[in-house]
Amino acid sequence: MKRSLTNVYFLMALACLLPLQTHAMHIGEGMLPAGWSIAWGVVCAPFIIYGFLNIQKRIHATPKVKILLAMCGAFAFVLSALKIPSVTGSCSHPTGVGLAAILFGPGITSVLGLIVLVFQALLLAHGGITTLGANTFSMAIAGPIVSWLVFRGLKKTNVSTAVSVFFAAALGDLATYVVTSIQLGVVYGGFGKFLAVFALTQVPLAIAEGLLTVVIFNILEKYSKSELKELAVV
Amino acid sequence: MKLWQKNLILIGLVILLAVIPLVVCQGAEFGGADGEAEGVIMELAPDYEPIFSPILEPASGEIESLLFALQAAIGSGIVFYCIGYMMGKNKKEG
Repeated sequence: MKRSLTNVYFLMALACLLPLQTHAMHIGEGMLPAGWSIAWGVVCAPFIIYGFLNIQKRIHATPKVKILLAMCGAFAFVLSALKIPSVTGSCSHPTGVGLAAILFGPGITSVLGLIVLVFQALLLAHGGITTLGANTFSMAIAGPIVSWLVFRGLKKTNVSTAVSVFFAAALGDLATYVVTSIQLGVVYGGFGKFLAVFALTQVPLAIAEGLLTVVIFNILEKYSKSELKELAVV
Repeated sequence: MKLWQKNLILIGLVILLAVIPLVVCQGAEFGGADGEAEGVIMELAPDYEPIFSPILEPASGEIESLLFALQAAIGSGIVFYCIGYMMGKNKKEG
């Protein structure tokens, strides 16, 4: 026990000493060739259109859940503004879209994620307009699909809802980074390099995102149970 | 366990996750990472020229942090408004 603890400390210290070049979440403005930028935009378009139609349908069918939708968007806004230090000695931020994916599914979530990304790209020079397609795909589509699948999968087992929410949000967050590594890897090569750095930086952040999503979910479960039932979440 | 106790523990864990790296990696820069991402790309593809540059770049680190703080403030304002709304409604109905 003691020995393994020492090993963990050693590994952590080693991780800090390695001259790692790490990145945060999004692919920066202009960092993908034009062809790739356009291609990712085209890939995202159907998801976004489906998401928009889905929002209308959802609100029409169950107007009561509008408040939850607002809350999911706002939650993603808060979490993606929090740059948190990680064990690799650099900072990154959670995505915050896991909650929306759990409650509303990946279609609607893609629209919420897109809104956050546009805000950050236009005002904060974080991410970018040319890379909006690629970033939307990783953060607003791929991550939420993973979250949603994990949540729906775990719900069928005996695992408690809180635990399902935790794993759904955390794994969705990690998946976003894996997809970003792939997106950069196919263009520049060195997928393993991108991935090693990404995964390591993001692991504690993914856990933080999982925990924070459970915090909000606990509150919703207590005060908004009927809406959650309408969404077939509980 | 009461709801607030459970959530307090969870939030405590999140804070711990953020503090541990600061203690363990004391020499580190904790730089914002996107800039460094571009460093990796430049290393792998030295000839690459970014096809576009940001339309609007925050004038300084201070202004950038202002915008990030605003983003978090607006978001948490809405989140807590919604929580308050739900609690009020719950009380009325329950």
